[in-house]
Formats: sequence, C-alpha cells, structure tokens
Amino acid sequence: MDHERYDDDYIAGILRSVKTIAMVGASPNWNRPSFFVMKYLQGKGFRVIPVNPRAVGETILGEPVYPDLGSVPVPVDMVDVFRASDAVPGIVEEAIAIGAKVVWMQLGVRHDAAARRAEAAGIKVVMNRCPKIEFGRLSGELSWGGFDSGIITSRRGRKVQA
Amino acid sequence: MSDKPKYGFETRSVHAGAAPDPTTGARAVPIYQTTAYVFDDADHAASLFNLQTYGYIYSRLTNPTVAALEERVASLEGGRGATGCASGHAAQMLAFFALMEPGDEFLAARQLYGGSINQFGRTFAKFGWTVHFVDVDDPENFRRAMTPKCKAIFVESLANPGGVVTDLEAISAIAREAGIPLIVDNTLATPYLCQPFRWGADIIVHSTTKFLSGHGNSMGGMMVDSGRFDWTKSGRYPSLSEPEPAYHGLRFHETFGDLALTVHGHALGLRDLGAAMAPLNAFLTLTGSETLALRMERHVANAQKVAAFLEAHPRVSWVSYAGLKSSPYHALAAKYLPRGAGSVFTFGVKGGYDAGVKVVESCELFSHLANLGDTRSLIIHPASTTHRQLSNEQRTAAGAGADVVRLSIGIESVDDIVADLDQALAKSAAAA
Repeated sequence: MDHERYDDDYIAGILRSVKTIAMVGASPNWNRPSFFVMKYLQGKGFRVIPVNPRAVGETILGEPVYPDLGSVPVPVDMVDVFRASDAVPGIVEEAIAIGAKVVWMQLGVRHDAAARRAEAAGIKVVMNRCPKIEFGRLSGELSWGGFDSGIITSRRGRKVQA
Repeated sequence: MSDKPKYGFETRSVHAGAAPDPTTGARAVPIYQTTAYVFDDADHAASLFNLQTYGYIYSRLTNPTVAALEERVASLEGGRGATGCASGHAAQMLAFFALMEPGDEFLAARQLYGGSINQFGRTFAKFGWTVHFVDVDDPENFRRAMTPKCKAIFVESLANPGGVVTDLEAISAIAREAGIPLIVDNTLATPYLCQPFRWGADIIVHSTTKFLSGHGNSMGGMMVDSGRFDWTKSGRYPSLSEPEPAYHGLRFHETFGDLALTVHGHALGLRDLGAAMAPLNAFLTLTGSETLALRMERHVANAQKVAAFLEAHPRVSWVSYAGLKSSPYHALAAKYLPRGAGSVFTFGVKGGYDAGVKVVESCELFSHLANLGDTRSLIIHPASTTHRQLSNEQRTAAGAGADVVRLSIGIESVDDIVADLDQALAKSAAAA
C-alpha cells in the first residue's frame, strides 16, 4: 500500500462505507482542530464517538467521552487518530481488538510499522490526512474555499455526497 | 502534499475548478451574482462564522464563481489554494497583510512594476512596513540587504517593464536560509511559461487582469499559496501561528495546516481589507483562462518576431527581450521560461523622450494604454505614464528611462504588428 498518495476512489470508498467513527484524542474545547473535524463529520451524518481519558465524564457535541476504544459500547467502523505518531501502535492494537475496519491518522500523524500491523489484520489505513478535508475535497465543498481539489470531472455527481 | 497533477496543463486550464454544477447541471460555471447565502439554521451559521465548516456567508469573503477561478489558478500554479481579489495590488496587500506586523521589513527587487514600487515604498509605509529595494540581477544582494526584521522577499519572475528574468532558484535559497517566504509575482510569465513553485517560491501573486484573463476586460488579482511554508516554526508570523482574537483564539496554521494562508486570505484579508473580486470578473477570467496555453504560444511567437524586427531596425537603439540572444537574461530565460520569454518587453527609440512619445502617438494598430497581457497589441511610454511618479533614478533603475517604449504583443497577425511599428518608427524620425 502506497501511503504517499491515495487514490480518490480508495478514500471515497472509506468515507462512503463507514458510519461510526471513534475519535481518539477528541478535545472538548471548541476551537481545537479535533472539535472542528468532529462537528463537521457529525453534520455529514457520521456518528462520532470521542475517546479521551482526560475528558471522561464530559460530553462533546452531545456524545459522552470514553477513556479508551475498548470502552466504547457500540461497534466502531473507523478509528480517527488525533494523537502524536508514537501513540499509534497502542491505538492500532485496540482498533484490532474491537474489530474496526479503518484506522485513519490525522495530518502530521504517521507510523508505518503500525500501519503494516493494521493492514496485516485486514484493516484499511490512511495516514497524514484529515477526513474533514478529504470529505470536503471529494464532495466539492473544499473547492468553495478556493483550494485545489485535484478533481477534474465532466459529471454532475461527486465521489462523496455532501 | 503537492502531488504531481494527474492531468495536463491544458486540461486543467479548461476544467480545474469547473465541474458541472451539481444542482442544475450547468456546464459553464454560473455567475453567482449574489451578495449573501442563507443559513440552514443558527447552528449552521455559527459553524460557518467559526470556520468549522465549508460554506458561503457573504461574497466579500467567498463566492462560488470566484472560488472556481481560485481553484483553477491554484491548480495551474501547482499551489494548495488561492485567494481571489479585486486586483493584483489587492493580492500583494493580502499576502503582506498575513505576514507583516507594524515595524516589520521586507526585501523587494527594484526591477518591479512602477505601481508596486509606489505601493511598497509609500502606501505600505503607512502601515509601518519598510521595504528595502535591491538590484535583482545579483541574487547575493538579497543576502546583503537582509535584516532580522525582514519577513519576506518579493520579486517578479519576469519583470515589468524591462524584460528582466529573475533567478528564482538562487533567491529562493536565500529566502529559505533566512527562514522567510519568497513571494513571486508571476503575472507577466503566467503559469504556462514559468512555474515559480518548482523553483522554491512559497507564495505567488497575480494580476489576473493581464494574461490569465487575457482579453483586457476584467480586473482581478490572486494570491496563491504553495502550502509548503511552516508558519509556526520561527514564531515570526503571529497572524498565522498565534491565537487570532477575531476568531476566539483560533490558531490558523495549527487548525488549517497547509490551508492556513488561503483561509486567512479570505477570513481576515478579504473580510477586513474588503478588496473582493466581482463574480462577473471571475467568470470572464475563467473563460479567458481556458485558452491560456493557446494564447501564450501565439503571444510569445509574435513577440519573438517583433523583437527580432526591432533589433534590426535603424531607429531602435536597443531591445530588452530575454528571448533574444543579445539579452543578458537569455540564459535565465532558457531555464525559467523555456516556452518563451513572454510578450511584454521594452526597446529604446533613438531620439529619447520626444521620439518615444511620437512612436506611441503614431501607432494605429497598437493601443496606447496602461495595461498589458491583452489579445490586442499595446504600447506605452513608461516615463510619461506608468512610471511618471518615480524619480529619474528610480525610472532608470526600473528600466523605464526617457527613451524606453514598452510593448505588450498581442495575438493579431504578426505582419500587421510589425508594419504598424515600422510606420510609427518612421514618423518618430521627425521628432528626434
């Protein structure tokens, strides 16, 4: 798997298939990047479950916070990692244990060995990308801000539907 | 993440940013002639004002037609994103607004469009920003002039009006060493002829009024961000790295990563400076940009022939066109402008100021006006017009001395262009 660049169809396939996302490192502070991403993904119909041992007992955007992936009481399709790269191996072990189908690491987060471990367990991996930006890019919304989506199409439909 | 583009330049010129409208299927980009956009509810409005979601609020900040053009120019330049604005001067203002604080300094080539020399030297001084102009011909001049307060280097890839080609790779190395971004005005070259991001530029600005639009019918500007500069590392770009009070303490670079400068350009630059691009102008510029490659090919082919004609003309004392072997910039042009040295250049007419004026006034095909990058051939005498506000020394330094005539060669039949200059030069003999 080439983790330098991803096919649009690979990313779109993930975003179309997952419903429930556990966000590891979700922050209750409204002006933190993870909060932006969680709010955006909720608005696109994803259920986002925050995981953060330091915020247990709180709710973020209406969802109670869990201390670890093993404590999340519902099936998780995708784990979104808002942690430093060195925390990834532990998160991947937890993701395998709960049967997650995708591990997605945020911009700046990358751990190749942990990615290989996840892929060996049948998990799809995305590294150093943001699901908000990728959803926006493939739905056309990122272009509203003047960004190059890299997408050329003569079709009316988009790869993911906003 | 500046991946190599999947599609070629000409394909992107036609299609980038311009997928069919998802709602109506409209194939051309619609002109969204609206000032504002309805919110779904109060929470949606809050998300938009907090910059938490993508969407439109008010056309001073963003507009769908302008956004299509922004994406197109970003794609053509190989940038991450772009901020469209009212003019090239507005684009320069947006770039420096994000980088500079009162008391800061920057370096700029002294070989610049006269309007930029005025903007940097006089108007920017009112914001407490100090420019140091240096001779671009020796890149080491930038190293010598560097001060601890310098926040950027600004150059034109192909300088107006003098046919000067800038050594972008050497200057970007000096900028990188100093930990500051290189801003390149790529207006005269266009991304078809020159790709400054490949040579280490961090920000590109355009007057889209010129070749990108190409038909002399719409004002516009563009600030394009490569997305590669680390705004947080040095702590010297607080507008991008520190909590922004206008957005409740949000840090632009931390929150938006490589999108930060473009978000800043819209959410602060356009919001507070107000120089938005009109949707109709964006539409006309989108249409013009579709033929950029075709037009530039003809522009440079015609310019090459006209320059060669002038060089052999007895009434002409010199021609400054980097496409000529006689030009000191010929080698730099081969490196940075391999498809041609643009179509704007200057020549000296024998007889000085009066002869220069006479040539300009005698043309019947060339239009005497203060623009360039039009399908039409244009002519101007900089000393009596665009560079009039400068001192004699500044005019000479900028390549706009008394005998200088500037041409912007159009895409008419080249024989007609040559014939018009020939008869005008003949008439100038009487004035000499």
